[in-house]
Amino acid sequence: MALDPILLSRLQFAFVVSFHAIFPVFTIGLASYVAVLQGLYVATGNSVWDRLGYFWTKIFAVVFGIGVVSGIVMAFQFGTNWSNFVQFAANLIGPLLSYEVVTAFFLEAGFLGVLLFGRNKVSPSVHFFAALMVAVGTFVSAFWILVSNSWMQTPQGFEVREGVMHVTSWMEAMFTPSFPYRFMHMAMAAFLTGGFVVCGVSAWFLLRNRDVEVHKRALSMTLWLLLILTPLQAWIGDEHGLNTLEHQPAKVAAMEGNWETQSNVPLLLFALPDRDLQANRMEIGIPNGASLILRHDADGVVPGLDQVPEDEQPPVWMVFYSFRVMVAMGLLMIFFAVAGLALRRGERYATSRWFLRGLQGMSLAPFLAVLAGWYVTEIGRSPWLVFGVMDYADAVTPSLTGGMVLATLIGYIAVYAVIFYAGVYYLFKVIRQGLDDSHANQGIEDSDRPARPFSATHVPFDGGIDSARS
Amino acid sequence: MEMFDLSLIWAVIIAVGVIMYVLMDGFDLGLGILFPFAPDEDSRDVMMNSVAPVWDGNETWLVLGGAGLIGAFPLVYTILLPALYLGVFLLLAGLIFRGVAFEFRFKSHRSKSFWNWAFAGGSFVATFAQGCVVGAYIQGFETADGVYTGGAFDWLTPFSVLTGVGMVIGYSLLGATWLVLKSEGHVREWARGLVPKLLIGVLVIFAIVSLWTPLIDQGVYERWFDNLQVIWVLPFATLLCALGIFLGNRHGREGSAFLLTLGLFIFTYLGLIVSRWPYVVPPQYTLWDAASAPESQFFLLIGVLFVLPIVLTYTAWTYWVFRGKVRVGEGYH
Ligand code: HDD
Ligand code: HEM
Ligand code: HEM
Repeated sequence: MALDPILLSRLQFAFVVSFHAIFPVFTIGLASYVAVLQGLYVATGNSVWDRLGYFWTKIFAVVFGIGVVSGIVMAFQFGTNWSNFVQFAANLIGPLLSYEVVTAFFLEAGFLGVLLFGRNKVSPSVHFFAALMVAVGTFVSAFWILVSNSWMQTPQGFEVREGVMHVTSWMEAMFTPSFPYRFMHMAMAAFLTGGFVVCGVSAWFLLRNRDVEVHKRALSMTLWLLLILTPLQAWIGDEHGLNTLEHQPAKVAAMEGNWETQSNVPLLLFALPDRDLQANRMEIGIPNGASLILRHDADGVVPGLDQVPEDEQPPVWMVFYSFRVMVAMGLLMIFFAVAGLALRRGERYATSRWFLRGLQGMSLAPFLAVLAGWYVTEIGRSPWLVFGVMDYADAVTPSLTGGMVLATLIGYIAVYAVIFYAGVYYLFKVIRQGLDDSHANQGIEDSDRPARPFSATHVPFDGGIDSARS
Repeated sequence: MEMFDLSLIWAVIIAVGVIMYVLMDGFDLGLGILFPFAPDEDSRDVMMNSVAPVWDGNETWLVLGGAGLIGAFPLVYTILLPALYLGVFLLLAGLIFRGVAFEFRFKSHRSKSFWNWAFAGGSFVATFAQGCVVGAYIQGFETADGVYTGGAFDWLTPFSVLTGVGMVIGYSLLGATWLVLKSEGHVREWARGLVPKLLIGVLVIFAIVSLWTPLIDQGVYERWFDNLQVIWVLPFATLLCALGIFLGNRHGREGSAFLLTLGLFIFTYLGLIVSRWPYVVPPQYTLWDAASAPESQFFLLIGVLFVLPIVLTYTAWTYWVFRGKVRVGEGYH
């Protein structure tokens, strides 16, 4: 056996879904932000909001485009690489994914055209309504996909007849025990992603003294939001972990790097987990920490990896370190949100260089946290695809050969590399161009928006940004 | 639930979904295929702007087709996708490039010609792959116990290449009649000139495929030549549409030319369906073999019957907002 189709299919799935995931989390957050900006514009008539809205809509367009095309790939991955899984679970997964399409994707796609291109064809309130519908659509989409994923983590509400699962209760199958936590945690993650990117970009403009008033407003508004959301996310994540402890103890044991079921388990900061030894080769930790967090008692007994047979343990070090990356990012985010509060006096949050530079860097943090979080969830479930019910080997497409999977894996990597590079390039280009200049000439307070000549808004853009300014 | 045949209802819904996809994404893929031949860069702007606000919605029908198949006929999904594995990759890669080209081309300056080619190449590859799927479908799949057992390249045969080429020309025709409808001046004249040529191409391939198909499979042969004579009305209607397109285009009735091109596709598609009915994974499995559990079909049906009318309403509204001709220099972004 030279090329293992199972391993390659896992790699391929991990690659395409990781790539896909970073775009939706961004667009979910950003769509809500754009809707808020357009709503503020309708409510106040102050064109600052419209200018900001226009700017972020252009960024949204690029990110959304990549999200959609990579999502279309996802819709076919199940069939191409995991056809036995689909045969087994189609009675549940099929209706859920179809509901996602008819309730969410059509909503997004239908109103997207009006949001992106309808600025001058419909009234501001209809335009706001389109933005709102796109934002709602992104959330509905996250709802359905997380329903499916949560069922794979904590399956219930079904029975197996002749090798095929049949749903016995839709309520139970859709609202599995891990769903509420996963949905809240993910929704929060999306807002944090949108929030930190907005902060990062505003900081970039402030450092260059461009459109200072507008970007100060955006930054201030977002910092308030983050001050509430960052601790909230840590708390939800903690609750999420407690829930996982109940349903997938081996996953939590891997997250904590804890091999033996025992009391007074330390909270490890660093360790070298070794699966052959069934122990950590070295560790540094806070005494009793894990027992305190997971059992709220220093003497609390915490399940270890010894609860499951060795061949049912997930790859411990991957889960262990992914978890630490996520939590570290979460703590950094709290730090910056609180620092923002401390710098309120004299509006230093908009001038302090180290803070603004830090915020620029922090725009990457949510993406790292989101990927790391998904790795914890998904790798921690290994070797199961449907937890406790179906493993990878049973799920893979039987007719696949290693060569076929390898060829398409390389293909996807090549295609995604090109569009990722181009996407980032154009994002920076749009950001550098800044707020559309033609709006600036219109005065700040035009409450009833004049029907602008069509071309006015577009000249700088279509004429090529390179020639505008950079 | 026993009162009506859920599988039959679902077969109709999926069939409608697929033809919606073919018609709607067909014209924007067709524009992509015609892209490199456009007279100048201004015309390309017009071509792209005429579909930019709607292409995402058009492609969503494809996603609905995929997800709907898992929900209603999982066997079709789990046999077709492994069988078409490499073709599916090509299709997706094509759709990725043309999808992002919409965003990137508007924002680019120096790299514009790269995105022109990405748009055209992506559209061409995706269309050709879809045509091959049709051909592979007519030919049937090698299976055992509900699992695909054939090889990686079974889908690529002279016949499927022919259907692939047919699809490329057919979508180009859709794209051309759409463009006549949405543009003016020299762009419109150029598109109008293309229509008769493409139409002849479509008819030639249509004739070859029609003669070839009954030879591939005994069942298809019997259907057309023995037991079901009424279906000959379909190719006849197709030819009438072709005549209508030719005349409509000649006399500048652009609306009817476009609508009749849609008709041409619909009748061809119906002809394909009756050839294979009720097999959904030819030559072995019927739609009842491929169906998912009745509870699942029912659960999904409620939602779809409720939501689809709403979806169709706001899709129509979007087309209404962007109605009328697209002018040169009228960039959207
Ligand atoms: C609806 C289901 C679903 C969703 C929303 C996700 N995944 Fe997943 N994931 C699976 C369903 C799945 C799966 C089908 O169950 C896989 C495929 C094969 C497998 O290893 O499990 C899987 C595997 C899988 C693996 C390989 C695990 C291993 O080999 O041990 C990784 C790293 C990820 N996924 C990462 C992600 C990320 C970053 C996601 C962020 C969006 C994500 N998954 C969402
Ligand atoms: C295996 C998992 C997944 C599949 C099969 C999948 C499928 C898809 C598909 C087909 C699209 C394109 C829809 C269109 O045509 O508009 C899409 C886009 C989208 N997906 Fe996913 N997806 C998956 C994972 C996720 C996850 C984990 C999230 C977030 C929690 C998510 C949220 C979205 C959103 C919000 C969009 C809209 C486009 C965008 O915002 O970029 N998806 N997805
Ligand atoms: C700082 C405190 C945090 C804690 C204690 C925490 C806790 C957790 C836990 C325990 C899981 C695994 C759930 C499972 O068993 O499946 C998880 C998953 C995840 N986390 Fe966090 N998290 C924190 C911060 C963050 C931040 C800041 C983000 C992103 C901005 C984030 C994004 C995610 C994502 C995307 C997942 C995977 C999806 C899911 O299962 O919900 N987390 N988190």
